[in-house]
Amino acid sequence: MTGTRMENENTVEHYVDPAPFNPATTEALTPEQERYYQASQWKIMWWKFKRHKIAVWSGVVLILFYLCVPFAEVIAPYTPNTRDSQHLYAPPQPLHLFHEGKFVGPFVYGMKSEIDMTVMKWVFTPDPAKVQPIRFFCRGDDYMFWGLFKADFHLFCPAKGGTLFLAGTDRLGRDQLSGLIYGARLSLTVGLVGVAISIVLGLFFGGIAGYFGGILDSAIQRLIEIMRSLPELPLWMALSAALPVTWSPVWIYFGLTIILGLLDWPGLARAVRSKLLSLREEEYAKAAVLMGAKPGRVIGRHLLPGFTSHIIASATLSIPSMILGETALSFLNLGLRRPSVSWGVLLNEAQNISVVTVYPWLMAPVIPIIIVVLAFNFLGDGLRDAADPYK
Amino acid sequence: MIYYIVRRIVTMIPTLFVISFLIFFIIELPAGDYISNQVAALKSSGESASIAKLEFMRKEFALDRPFFERYLIWVGLWSGPHGFDGLLQGNWGWSFEFAKPVEEVIGPTLPLTVILNFATILFVYVVSFPIGIYSATRQYSWGDYGFTFLGYIGLATPNFLLGLIMLYLFNIWFGLSVGGLMAPEYIDQPWSVAKGLSVLAHLIVPTVVIGTSGTAGMIRRLRANLLDELHKQYVTTGRAKGLKEGRLLVKYPLRMALNPFIADIGNLIPSLVSGSVIVSVVLNLPTVGPVLLSALQSQDQYLAGFILLFVAVLTLMGMLVSDLLLAVLDPRIRLGGRAAS
Repeated sequence: MTGTRMENENTVEHYVDPAPFNPATTEALTPEQERYYQASQWKIMWWKFKRHKIAVWSGVVLILFYLCVPFAEVIAPYTPNTRDSQHLYAPPQPLHLFHEGKFVGPFVYGMKSEIDMTVMKWVFTPDPAKVQPIRFFCRGDDYMFWGLFKADFHLFCPAKGGTLFLAGTDRLGRDQLSGLIYGARLSLTVGLVGVAISIVLGLFFGGIAGYFGGILDSAIQRLIEIMRSLPELPLWMALSAALPVTWSPVWIYFGLTIILGLLDWPGLARAVRSKLLSLREEEYAKAAVLMGAKPGRVIGRHLLPGFTSHIIASATLSIPSMILGETALSFLNLGLRRPSVSWGVLLNEAQNISVVTVYPWLMAPVIPIIIVVLAFNFLGDGLRDAADPYK
Repeated sequence: MIYYIVRRIVTMIPTLFVISFLIFFIIELPAGDYISNQVAALKSSGESASIAKLEFMRKEFALDRPFFERYLIWVGLWSGPHGFDGLLQGNWGWSFEFAKPVEEVIGPTLPLTVILNFATILFVYVVSFPIGIYSATRQYSWGDYGFTFLGYIGLATPNFLLGLIMLYLFNIWFGLSVGGLMAPEYIDQPWSVAKGLSVLAHLIVPTVVIGTSGTAGMIRRLRANLLDELHKQYVTTGRAKGLKEGRLLVKYPLRMALNPFIADIGNLIPSLVSGSVIVSVVLNLPTVGPVLLSALQSQDQYLAGFILLFVAVLTLMGMLVSDLLLAVLDPRIRLGGRAAS
């Protein structure tokens, strides 16, 4: 130590550069860096999320699917409970553009129907003579828009006097495609409402466990462990079997979402708790406590913003299991029932394997379910990666 | 080790009580009970002769007692109409729907339920282990991409829909009925090699169907864990020492990655058991699944309650086994520390 000082004294005297010092010149930020450092947390997350191409596309797909929720009546060519007694179990009508080499725009061939007397079932064959062009922005079946006022405007409808069963019909001649579009309304929102319930419960229990610790923490931890060790589906089945049969469809729907949310919160509560435990030790949280902030304010104002993104990500990842839960319950006749239409209710028709082998299009709801679940998984993955933007 | 096992089993006892209470609460949620609903139905149809008998049965099954008493009688901690006679004494309750003891109704289905779940766990292990190692060691190869893609599909396809699709495809391709436990011609036949083979063949589809999503998840996790380990310095050191690639992999990183792999099976078991219930309904397998569904629909409360409890206990047992396995593999857990995950 002394040696170095001696050395300093022996060398030149203290040198000061006469030029004025401007830190900006030495540490000049490139415009990109500047943009990055000044951007808010959410902005950086958005940038990071955008780089996850599959997640972005999944988001777009989901938005398209969710458009069915408010506008199901307009998008669907029929109403889900319209019966066409002339077309029971009609197969899907493929969409064509060219008729005998000539372009006519999107159309379907009409169907000839006859009874096969040996197996006693209707047989439908496309009739090349009947070209039925699809009409767009047209008037078709009446419906009550949002249950408020009567309307008959559709995005597309069958030709006058023709049929348009792009995904076939079921046992009572109800159009499957319209069923799918209306079904999206319940199937897709069940997850959202359920997750909202689960978030509230998860935040509450995880919040008090993580913030207060001690006996409360270990009690809640035990509860979470027990809940997580229970097989979900049998409990869902038991709970939804307890919903009174006399309830109206709306009540059954809310009952279902509550059931789904009630068993889902432990995972979220655990995430909240562990995140809170680590954030609580951060300097800014301690500073807030020392300045006399009340627990509610510390959690809500200082800690919550730190892990909102994580909550959103894990909530997104738990939506698919709820959608599947509703589908499974309705499929088993324990959830929603006609006249409510959801994808599970539609699948209910496919319960009997002998029916499915003859009329495979009854399994159509499988396709949107898989697409939506996949999309939610990808979106959730992307959000989870983006949730920690500073990594 | 013995201390650890004992401690682990003792901690299960309060868990079991909480679970049994939850289950009892859930099965008692619907208004009324099986017998009082029947009484109401009989009353509305103007019949009164058998009401007295039903009232007697209500007394017999202690359905007229308050909720907590009923729960304790069910468990066997309270003196019921026949003294202490509940689950703890080996009485599984009475099925009103079948007018038989629960034991007789579901007794034959229990072994298959256990076998099916066990086979599924084995399937998940056996399939995901080599694929996970392959995907991690050949990261970004075509095989890796293929398995990752398949894994996503497997995760996204709900198992009962997969069961439905399988049923359909097998029917179309092979004209084979995959539903049921054996081909129809063997039902009521004495046991023979051919019958045994038929049962095995019929177990394959449900096992695959139930295990697919779990397998996909396990592959993903094993791949991620192993990838983390493969980039650590001790691997480089091993390689620099001239260890052969295969031996190096088995000796160090695989052992590290194995730990969370086994711990995860515990998290997986609830969803596997859930899956087995609904897949059994779809594929019409004689496990507790279809019985549970019909019991719930007809409000046959003690039958449903016992099945729920059985399924929960099965899950707990599975988690116990996975915990014990973990303790055998990892001395840190055995000696009371925490698992490194």
